Amino acid sequence: MAKIDIRQVRKSYGKDEVISGVDLTVNNGEFVVILGPSGCGKSTLLRMIAGLEDISGGEISIGGTVVNDLEPRQRGCAMVFQNYALYPHMTVAENIGYALKVAGMKKPERLEKVRTVAKSVGLEEFMDRKPGQLSGGQRQRVAMARAIIREPAVFLFDEPLSNLDAKLRVQMRHEIRRIHNRIKATSVFVTHDQHEGMTLADRMVIMNKGTIDQVGTPEEVYNRPATVYVAGFIGSPAMNFLSGQISAEQSAIVLADDSRVEIASEHARAHPGALVQLGLRPEDLTLCAPGSGHLSGTFDFYEELGSAGLYHLMIEDVPFSVLSSAKPRFAHGDPIGVLVDTSRVHVFAAKDGRRIDTEARIPQQMEPAE
Amino acid sequence: MRRAYFKNNWIAALVVAPQLLIIFVFFYWPTTQALYWAFTFEQPWGGGNEWAGFENFRMILTDDRYWQSIRVSIVYAAGATILSMGMALILAVFADRQLRGYKYYRIGAIWPYAVAAPAVGLAFRFIFNPSAGIMSYVNAAFPGFWDPILNGDHALLMVIIAGAWKQVAYNFIFFLAGLQSIPRSLIEAGAMDGATVLRRMGDIQLPLLAPTFFFVLVINITDSFTDSFGIVDTMTGGGPARATNLMVYKIYVDGFQGLDYSGAAAQSIILMFLVIALTVIQFRYIERKVHYT
Repeated sequence: MAKIDIRQVRKSYGKDEVISGVDLTVNNGEFVVILGPSGCGKSTLLRMIAGLEDISGGEISIGGTVVNDLEPRQRGCAMVFQNYALYPHMTVAENIGYALKVAGMKKPERLEKVRTVAKSVGLEEFMDRKPGQLSGGQRQRVAMARAIIREPAVFLFDEPLSNLDAKLRVQMRHEIRRIHNRIKATSVFVTHDQHEGMTLADRMVIMNKGTIDQVGTPEEVYNRPATVYVAGFIGSPAMNFLSGQISAEQSAIVLADDSRVEIASEHARAHPGALVQLGLRPEDLTLCAPGSGHLSGTFDFYEELGSAGLYHLMIEDVPFSVLSSAKPRFAHGDPIGVLVDTSRVHVFAAKDGRRIDTEARIPQQMEPAE
Repeated sequence: MRRAYFKNNWIAALVVAPQLLIIFVFFYWPTTQALYWAFTFEQPWGGGNEWAGFENFRMILTDDRYWQSIRVSIVYAAGATILSMGMALILAVFADRQLRGYKYYRIGAIWPYAVAAPAVGLAFRFIFNPSAGIMSYVNAAFPGFWDPILNGDHALLMVIIAGAWKQVAYNFIFFLAGLQSIPRSLIEAGAMDGATVLRRMGDIQLPLLAPTFFFVLVINITDSFTDSFGIVDTMTGGGPARATNLMVYKIYVDGFQGLDYSGAAAQSIILMFLVIALTVIQFRYIERKVHYT
């Protein structure tokens, strides 16, 4: 069990800085998911914790010990790789037990432990197979077992589910959560899949171009995204954005076509005349008759999602989507009104993309890391 | 891949003809000639020969000198193969670690392969010359320590070292390619599992290199039987006292110096079957057995 402290960590390859000054604390026993698109530096950060990449600047400590100059084997981390990285010439049992063999554990004791761990992930029938003879899900289990058996203080996952098909991915996701609940090791899980992040995380870290945009529980990140980037990245279907300006007199955000979305007057007065991005989630909007509601647009096309329908509109040449379970029918080009749930609008400053608080009550502000 | 079809068989024949001609002139024709000579008594100056059946083979296989040549060849094959593969493996493992400057080092290690065997032989003849080369200093300190001109063991060792040196580059290329085809994540997984660099080499990299290893092994043995001529010819001429008289060199000596065409032909047939056998082993057993997926 260990707490991970990451302080002002940087990574550069030559002149390219891929991680520029990241601060993050992962508490003991916590499951933290680092989420971001490919190339945002999330895997690099994980590999620096593991000791597979040098740290160009800053400090990482695990359980109170600075590990910058320690070899991977001295850090007490176990890692599950994206491609599983199973040893192809060893059987399942040998793969799982390799770390113990290296550590010099006696054979009978080792085999006993391998059996126990293999059983806990449902692999006891495949002990003598080679990885090449296993399915994707089974290989994934071997990789998990290989990490579990070491009883590591820290568990690192590098996109471990991205090679599985959709159904198996969900199943393994549940299994990972179950294993975490059982062994309670501090875990860092890297993924680009927001569903994985939302469902697995105690806390989520959203990375963007080598920096952290927001750290928070999945709920916080979804309800109060700290930046335009986080707002657009989290949530499916994705959030709509419209450009506008805060008007203090009208206590509203005025859009390009002069339509207005009201916000609390104290917030409007705090940022008079500010140019903003108005963020609206498709699920917080309702379709209504043309002319009524806050916004008006024309119908473009429709996507069936099963439980609801996703309506794609055009508002002043900006694509815009609304989720509706009523599923009314429209023809291409029909005018439609959109009603906004004004308690659930997200406002971001146009100049830096930061969130501007607009709710009536002021909960504790999550400070986005620099 | 697209395949080309010829409607007109004549064009197809014309296209493959040059290649077939080359194979015929430089392989099948000499081979059939050798086969023919091996079963006849060929006169030194040509002009008529006499059917001999297996007499040539009987004479060779009852000749102590031939068995001595086989012994020397085996020692040479084993020595040169072990030495060159061992050195190539060490070099490749270090090149694979991608330490600073490894690209130059890699080029440097590949270069010797471009040097022709006689040139290698000539260079090593100077290096190992007991009175002029590096070893002359050792000889000055310990008189008689190194004398490949009179001492057969020394001469054989010298030929082995030269042959191995030439082969190192070839083996290095294969070993390095083999090592680089091992996914880096496997080595990283080994590191996470707590294995040190040496442990990872022993437990992960070398076992995964096994297919390359066996391929290179067979190629090296084959090569040491056939390609050693240039080195022996320039360094020792098969001496002293036939201590470095490898099979391939003996064929040349018996045939072109002793003018015993029939005997030399029979020897080359034996050597050919030996190489064929090794090739069959390579294709039939090794290439099929060693794979993991």
